[in-house]
Amino acid sequence: MNKKNSSLVQIRNLYKSYRRGNQIIPVLDNIGLDIKEAEFLALMGPSGSGKSTLLNLIAGLDQVDRGTIKIGRVEITSLSETELAEWRASNVGFIFQFYNLIPVLTALENVELPLLLTGLSRKERRRHAALALELVSLQDRMDHHPRQLSGGQQQRVAIARAVVTDPTILVADEPTGDLDRTSAEEVLQLMERLSVDLGKTVIMVTHDPRAAKKARTMRYLDKGVLTDAPEISFTEFL
Amino acid sequence: MLLKLVLRNSFRHRLRSLLTVAGMGVAVLAFALLRTVVSAWYAGVEASSANRLVTRNSISLVFPLPLSYRDKIRQIDGVKKVSYGNWFGGYYIDRKNFFANFAVEPESYLSLYPEYLLPDSQRTAFYRDRKSCVAGRKLARRFGWKIGDTITLTGTIFPGNWDFVLRGIYRGRDDTIDENQFFLHWDYINETLKKTVPRRADQVGFYVVGIAAPELAAKTAEAIDRAFKNSRAETLTETEKAFQLSFVSMSEAILTAIRLVSFVVIVIILVVVANTMVMSVRERAGEYAVFKTLGFGSFYLAALILGESLLIAGLGGAAGIVLTFPAAKAFAAAVGNWFPVFKVEALTVYLAVAAALVVGIVAAVVPIWRVVSVRVVEGLGRIE
Repeated sequence: MNKKNSSLVQIRNLYKSYRRGNQIIPVLDNIGLDIKEAEFLALMGPSGSGKSTLLNLIAGLDQVDRGTIKIGRVEITSLSETELAEWRASNVGFIFQFYNLIPVLTALENVELPLLLTGLSRKERRRHAALALELVSLQDRMDHHPRQLSGGQQQRVAIARAVVTDPTILVADEPTGDLDRTSAEEVLQLMERLSVDLGKTVIMVTHDPRAAKKARTMRYLDKGVLTDAPEISFTEFL
Repeated sequence: MLLKLVLRNSFRHRLRSLLTVAGMGVAVLAFALLRTVVSAWYAGVEASSANRLVTRNSISLVFPLPLSYRDKIRQIDGVKKVSYGNWFGGYYIDRKNFFANFAVEPESYLSLYPEYLLPDSQRTAFYRDRKSCVAGRKLARRFGWKIGDTITLTGTIFPGNWDFVLRGIYRGRDDTIDENQFFLHWDYINETLKKTVPRRADQVGFYVVGIAAPELAAKTAEAIDRAFKNSRAETLTETEKAFQLSFVSMSEAILTAIRLVSFVVIVIILVVVANTMVMSVRERAGEYAVFKTLGFGSFYLAALILGESLLIAGLGGAAGIVLTFPAAKAFAAAVGNWFPVFKVEALTVYLAVAAALVVGIVAAVVPIWRVVSVRVVEGLGRIE
C-alpha cells in the first residue's frame, strides 16, 4: 500500500462536551475524520470551535465522551491514563504556541527530556538530542537556556524536542501564534520538511491562513462540526 | 537529569527558597535546643547508677535520719556499702553563686561514686584534712579556684561562715557527669554542731547504699524500709534514678510544655515549607502539564516535587543541626549554673533529622496530589 494513501488516524462518531457548573457545553459533535500517513493537515476555525479539543483528543491528552479514535493499530479511546501516557511518549510529538520549554534546562537538556523515558544511556540521549538540534539548525545553541533564545529559536528547540523520539504524529497548537513573520515562516518550513522529507504526520491547529497554506490539507471546524471548507478564502483571514 | 532539575527548581526563587531554608534551620535549631534543655533536666537521672539506692526520711527529704541507722543498713542482705551526707546549702560570696554542695562521709561516698575521677594524692589529702573540700572541674574553673585555696561558704542551713581548703578537683568519667558539685566533710559540720546546736548533731539527710547487683534493688530497698518501720524516723528507700526523678517530676509541667513547644515549632515550619512548595508548584503547573504531555507519569512528577521539598527541608535541617552545637555551647556558658550537664545528645540529632525528613515529605503531599490529579489539558490551559 502506498504510504501516503493509508489512513493513520481514523476518527469515528466523536463527541466531546465540557461541564461548566450545571451546564454541559457540547464542543465536538459527531466528528469523523481520516488523516493519511505523512499528511500535513491544518485545522482551522474560529475561537471556541473545538480545534484544540480535537487536537488534544487525537494526541491522547483528553478522553472522549463517545466515539473512537484509532491511530495506526491502536484504538487510543480504549486506553487508560497510564497507557495513554506511555503511548504519547513514543508516538506523539508536541509543539505548543508558547513553546513550553523548561526554563531551567538548556536547549540540549530540553530536547533530551522525552528520551528519559526511553532505555537509552545518557551518552545516547545526548547524541540523539544533539542530532535533533542539528536538524533544526540550532547545534550552536545547545547550552543556551530558553531565555537566551529568540521566540523562533525557542520554537525550533520545541520542534527538536517533539521529533527527538521519532514519533509517528506531530501535533502543533498555533505553532506560529507567538512568532514574527520571518520566524513563523522558518518554523512552517521546518514542519513541512518533517512531513515531506521524514514522513511525519503533522496535525496543526492554526488561526493563521499563511500557516494553513503550508499544509497540504485543510479542515475547518465550526461549532464542533467538521467541514472541508473549500470555499474559505485565505484573504478572509488577512 | 532529574536530580539536576530538582536542584535547579529548588532555587528558582532564590530569596524565597533561602528564607524557607533559613526558617527551617532556625526551627530545627530551636527544636534541638529545647530538647537539649529537657535532656539537661534529666542529666542527673541519666547519670544515676542502678547499683545505688538512696534512703531518706519517709516524710520528706527535709527531715533528717539518725546516724545510727548506718550500722543497721549495713547488716541488711544485698548491701555492700553505706555512705551518708547532708545538703549543706552554702553559697560562695553572693547568694547568686549557686552550686550543689554536700557534706558527706568522704571515703565511703567517693568509693560509691567511681565516676568522679580524682588523683590519688588529692583523694588522700581530702581524706586526711577534715576542713578540706573537693570541687568539680567546671566549678573550680568558674570561680578560679586552685588546689590549696581557702574557700569560704556562707551556710543557709548551717548558719555561719565556713572555711574549707580545696584539696582536690575531680572530673567526670564522661561528659554526662556533673562537674559543678562541691563536697566537704560531714564530720567537720557534725563536730561543730555538737558544740553549737547539739540537738542537730549525729543526723544525716540521706544515706547512699551500694548494692551488689541492680536486680537486688527492689528487695533491698524493701528490707531497709522494713527495718525502720514504726521507728521514730521511718525511711523511704528508692533507686538513685527514682530519687533523681522525684526532683525532676516537680518540674514535669514545665518540661511537658517545653516538649510541646519543640514540636509546635516543627509544625509551624512544616506549614511554612508546605506553603513554599504549594506556591512553587502552582507557578509551575504548566511545566508539570508539559511533563505529563511528554508521557512522564505520576511517579516522576512526585519524585521531582518530593525531591525539591526534601532538599529545602534537608538543607535547613542540616544547617539547624550544625548550628545547634555552637548554640548549645553558648547556651551552656550562659546558664551553666542551672544545667551542669548541657550536652546535645545523639537522640536529639536523630530526632532533628527525622523532623526535617518528616517536614520534607509532608510538605510535598498536597502539591503532589494537586499535580497528579489535575488533567493534562487543564494544566496546559488549552481547553477551547
